[in-house]
Amino acid sequence: MTRTGFVVANLFRKRTRTILTLLSVIMAFLLFGLLQSINSIFSAGQNFVGATRLMTQARVSFTQPLPLSMLPKLEAIAGVARVGYSQWFGGVWQDNTPIFAFAVDPLRQRDVYPEYTMPEAQWQAFANTRTAMIAGKVIADKYGWKVGQKIPLASNIYPQKNGSKAWAFDLVGIYDGTTEDTKKLAQNVFINHDYFDEANAFVKGRANFFILKLADGNQAQAISKTVDAMFENSPDETKTQTEKDFNLGFVKQIGDIALIVRWILFAVFFTLLLVVGNTMAQSVRERIPELAVLKTLGFSDGAVLAFVFAEALALCLCGGLIGLALATLAGAMVEKRSGGQFQLSPDFKVWLLGVAAILIMSIVVGLLPALRARRLRIVDALAGR
Amino acid sequence: MFTQALAITGINIKSIPERWATSLVIVIGLAGVVAVFTALLAMANGFSSTLRATGRQDAVIIMRGGSDAELNSGLDREQTDLLKQLPGIRLGADGKPESSAEMMVIAELIRKDDTKNGANITVRGVDPAAFTLRPNLKIVAGRNFTPGLRELIVGAGVLRQFQGAEIGKVVRMRGSDWTVVGAFESGDAHDSELWTDINVARTTFGRSGSSSILAALDGAGGLDQLKAGVAADPRLNVDVVREQDYFNGQTKQFRATIGFLAGIVTLIMGLGAVFAALNSMYAAVAARGKEIATLRAIGFGGTPVLLSVMAEALLLALVGGILGALIAYVLFNNVSVSTLGQNFTQVVFNFKVTPQLVVRGLVIAVLIGMIGGFLPALRAARLPVTTSLREN
Repeated sequence: MTRTGFVVANLFRKRTRTILTLLSVIMAFLLFGLLQSINSIFSAGQNFVGATRLMTQARVSFTQPLPLSMLPKLEAIAGVARVGYSQWFGGVWQDNTPIFAFAVDPLRQRDVYPEYTMPEAQWQAFANTRTAMIAGKVIADKYGWKVGQKIPLASNIYPQKNGSKAWAFDLVGIYDGTTEDTKKLAQNVFINHDYFDEANAFVKGRANFFILKLADGNQAQAISKTVDAMFENSPDETKTQTEKDFNLGFVKQIGDIALIVRWILFAVFFTLLLVVGNTMAQSVRERIPELAVLKTLGFSDGAVLAFVFAEALALCLCGGLIGLALATLAGAMVEKRSGGQFQLSPDFKVWLLGVAAILIMSIVVGLLPALRARRLRIVDALAGR
Repeated sequence: MFTQALAITGINIKSIPERWATSLVIVIGLAGVVAVFTALLAMANGFSSTLRATGRQDAVIIMRGGSDAELNSGLDREQTDLLKQLPGIRLGADGKPESSAEMMVIAELIRKDDTKNGANITVRGVDPAAFTLRPNLKIVAGRNFTPGLRELIVGAGVLRQFQGAEIGKVVRMRGSDWTVVGAFESGDAHDSELWTDINVARTTFGRSGSSSILAALDGAGGLDQLKAGVAADPRLNVDVVREQDYFNGQTKQFRATIGFLAGIVTLIMGLGAVFAALNSMYAAVAARGKEIATLRAIGFGGTPVLLSVMAEALLLALVGGILGALIAYVLFNNVSVSTLGQNFTQVVFNFKVTPQLVVRGLVIAVLIGMIGGFLPALRAARLPVTTSLREN
């Protein structure tokens, strides 16, 4: 019998116990996978293109729109390559489903966000059709929108001049991301700001955000200071930050959820350590005479330690990997059913963390029993002392 | 039979200290499940009870049609003045309709544990009637704002969670300085707000109307009368909702999200705990094989043995459950947190560990104990007496 075979045989000697322990490890890592993915949504701050874009908003809050008259002043700043702007539309689809819809300048949008692409003809159609709208591939697929359709979209903020909040737009293009990450984020709807500005009964010549595309990302700090200084002490004071910081701050608004997720993870892990650790200890306790026999036969202290430790590692590794795999499956299912809105499936980083957790756990639960096995004195063990 | 069961259970329980390691697994496993379950639901509870406490049945909030939230709503000056005077609104002591035009804007404050990222805080411009309409709101420090001046009063929740709005501090909005002159407490969602005079807010933010109207209803027929008045006037396209219903509606999504999370986490962790409990109880039965066989040999029945093992599992589960609830209570009860509400602003609330929640947690613990105890108990009852006695 090989050494590996010996370890496996030992694991299956008490089949019920091994299977039950394995199942608790699987459950723990299933939960670990799902929660850690939620956690990484909250802490990663989505890395997009890094610091090459700045977001300028009203200092008091981005819900207070800024006047478009700022545009030429922003464009004149050295180091600013292109400026786009966007206005929150408060889109509502059918029975009260909120839609992320923004009124933008079409061609500026194209230039400022090069990571989202669409055939040039569609960009031109977007720019030249007053009532045009474009949609991300994810959301278009979700609702079955096709280019050429008239899409009814209500706004929960802006009435048209006739008082009606029911708007309709011509879908002239569907954009998509150029990378794996941006493809997932192609979920927004954009409409033509010129038309919105003219047709709505509420705001005139304003936008919630100016998006500044920089020639050189290293200048981000300096340029944001320049912008904010430019409008200081005016009614429209600004706050300019990198896109990354903006996203991070936005996610943080949801509050202490990341903290709570960490608490849960901690509770699960602590519980699990005890369960598995105890099982391992018990299985070593029961086999003390056997281990003594092994030593009598000439196996070294180190070999006996390795046997016991290998069992713990095998158990944790099997359970942990199955659990992470299940989490990936479950996450993918949630992602598919929600049309890409909830991205729960553990990515590469979560898997890495998971494997690290498996190894740490094996050490913690395997080490004590293994050391005990190594320290055994043959005479005492055989005598049952 | 029951005396037998009781006798064996007594022996079992007395022998727990000798097997404390395995027993501890059940206790800790369940403490974990119950603590997580209770903590998550205590958060959902705290959020809803804060919003539910806001608003009365005998007052309505009027917003532009289809707005859903005050932030999205806007009424112009004409509509505002019309709405404040509509029949169906109760008259106050001064003979004027008891209604307050309110304008909601958002300012950013920085969380206490943060240094740069701002969080959205509601700034509410109000008419003087706003204070009569919310009798539970009390100024607890400093003084009220003076109409016409750029002064703010700050809610207790904002003071707890955010920096830069303490009494005496200056908040900068739209190129102007606002002094915080007092603090108020209302025990509901308004604690997460800053208040000021609506007219000052109008000039500063360049708006003339309001976001919403809050009005007291004139008796039981008031609502119908008010709705009829609104419907009869073509200039008014608005929604009239009872204030309490409006705030109640805002809790739905948060509760659904947290409820979903709590459900999944509890289910997975609960399954883990069931497996752990099964393991421990099997081990306990195996360790006492000889003892159980002896009992059977001297005449104890199979059922009492089964019952006694179940009783042990249940007791351990219950202890674990109580421990878990206690942990959740000590760590989380009344912990103040905040999250984004419907108006896209922060709602500050406290975790609430209620007796009901604790009972639900304990029920889950007992259920897990029952499932985890049953199969091992069955094995104990069916243990072949002769072979067990012969084992060493």
